[in-house]
Amino acid sequence: MDRFYWSNKGIEAGETKSFCQNGVRIYDGDQKTSYDDGVLTLTSHKLMWMDSSNSQICISLSLSLAVFCERHGGGIGKSAKVSLHLQPVPQDRLPGPVARSSFGFIRFAFKHGGDVEFNHKMEQAIHNKAWEKSLRKSSHSTPEMRPLRASGIIGIERKMEAEKKMTDQSISVAFKDLTKLMEKAKEMVTLSSTIAEKIKDKKGDITDDETVKFQSYLLSLGIPNPVTKQTHGSGTHYHQQLAHEIARSLKPQIEKSGGMILLTDAYCRINRARGMELLSPEDLLNACRVLSHLNLSIKLRQFDTGVMVLQLDSHSDETVVKQTTELVTDSNSLSSEELASLVDISVLLAKERLLLAESSGAVCRDDADQGLRFYPNLFLTKSR
Amino acid sequence: SGFNWPWQYDFPPFFTMQKNADTKFKQTEAWCSLILDYHNHFNLFRLRIADALASPLFHNKAIDRRMSKQAVLEILDILNKKGNVEWEDKEKTSCRVFWKTTAQWADIIFKWVNEIGLNNTVCTLHEITNGPNSTNQEFHNLDAQILVDALKILQTTGKAELIGEDGVKFF
Repeated sequence: MDRFYWSNKGIEAGETKSFCQNGVRIYDGDQKTSYDDGVLTLTSHKLMWMDSSNSQICISLSLSLAVFCERHGGGIGKSAKVSLHLQPVPQDRLPGPVARSSFGFIRFAFKHGGDVEFNHKMEQAIHNKAWEKSLRKSSHSTPEMRPLRASGIIGIERKMEAEKKMTDQSISVAFKDLTKLMEKAKEMVTLSSTIAEKIKDKKGDITDDETVKFQSYLLSLGIPNPVTKQTHGSGTHYHQQLAHEIARSLKPQIEKSGGMILLTDAYCRINRARGMELLSPEDLLNACRVLSHLNLSIKLRQFDTGVMVLQLDSHSDETVVKQTTELVTDSNSLSSEELASLVDISVLLAKERLLLAESSGAVCRDDADQGLRFYPNLFLTKSR
Repeated sequence: SGFNWPWQYDFPPFFTMQKNADTKFKQTEAWCSLILDYHNHFNLFRLRIADALASPLFHNKAIDRRMSKQAVLEILDILNKKGNVEWEDKEKTSCRVFWKTTAQWADIIFKWVNEIGLNNTVCTLHEITNGPNSTNQEFHNLDAQILVDALKILQTTGKAELIGEDGVKFF
């Protein structure tokens, strides 16, 4: 009985109520006490008894002191009882109703029943040892929760080291993902080339469906094994190999665009085809410069205006001038934009074509407020 | 008013200075003849740049094209080299236009003298340009200064002799 302490009626955080019964009398050992009619409450952590007539009187017993319990069945005129054997009184005991007791157990008498259930719940509570868990939690969390003592330079160094470790970790995680992505990209390129093959094979059967055409157009651009600095070094050899690759992959495009494409277009297309292994503009330019030495039937050309293009060797200025002049004559006059949409080339290239035709004397310019237009050169062709 | 514009006048590129050398040569030649023909037809001997830029000569309203001042100056400089234009000021705001060079005028006048038999005759300068005998001639109403210059050329070759400021004797 000396293990009881005065308490309030509250339940603490993490504590759960499992049993409640009124009409319970407490025995200290075999002796009746004055706590003869109250409400007994069992929680995961403690036993609580509250006087039915005076709610101010409330005593509790920590379950950590419980060892085991046993039930004594009641008889006629005798209420059922449950004995609870306790551990020795702890040294830091809180003040309670009884200062000293010779008994190592207490007994509850259940006037209104409930003894069976109490016994069962009590055994469970003793078995679960919920108080130990929360205790362990708090005792374990203590060293972690305590912040690193940032005392002096050592503390700062420790902190920096910890931060560095964190960044290193996140960087390595990030690059792990990138490597995975690269691997996937390679797979995707392989996949796309096989699909491209399939579409090519089927082309005969499928009618000129625009989506199929578009798909094949996109997929035909893939370069399975792009020339990289890792595989071919970074010097002349690299640029030569790159030139071969450019010639291989862009030739169909150049042919389709009438024998000439802008270097900027070439840059976009080659990088789109390479997927992950992107080329720098400088590397592309260097590679294009060696094109003419390698007899790849494509060469880099720079116009007087500074515009750079890749053009086929078979491409001849005379043919272009002739074609452009015919177009200008047919439409009476043309601007760069109109020519561009007529022959489906970029405006910049269309302008170069017109300037080429002008310098050969086939067309002449009209630079009015409406913009620059070109007319057939009647000055030279029409006599007075 | 009766002036026959050349075909180039209705050709928009005519009003943009061409970049191609061959083309530009043909274009400026056409402009030179147009300017002279125009002044000839309307009997004009002087060109003020500011006025000319607004005139139909350098502004074709029908096709909405006009010559820039810079282009006009470039062509007048070519005419200046040919001897058809003489700048009247350093700033090149106006010039005299000789649709025929003084030498050409001299030839024409002497031919006329021979045709109507004015040889060994003395006549006044006013009589030559404004008299009844020259009404159907190109030099009718010719600028007085140009006439004097032309007669001076005839004088150096011994075909005429100026007498005072108003008279001339042909040989």
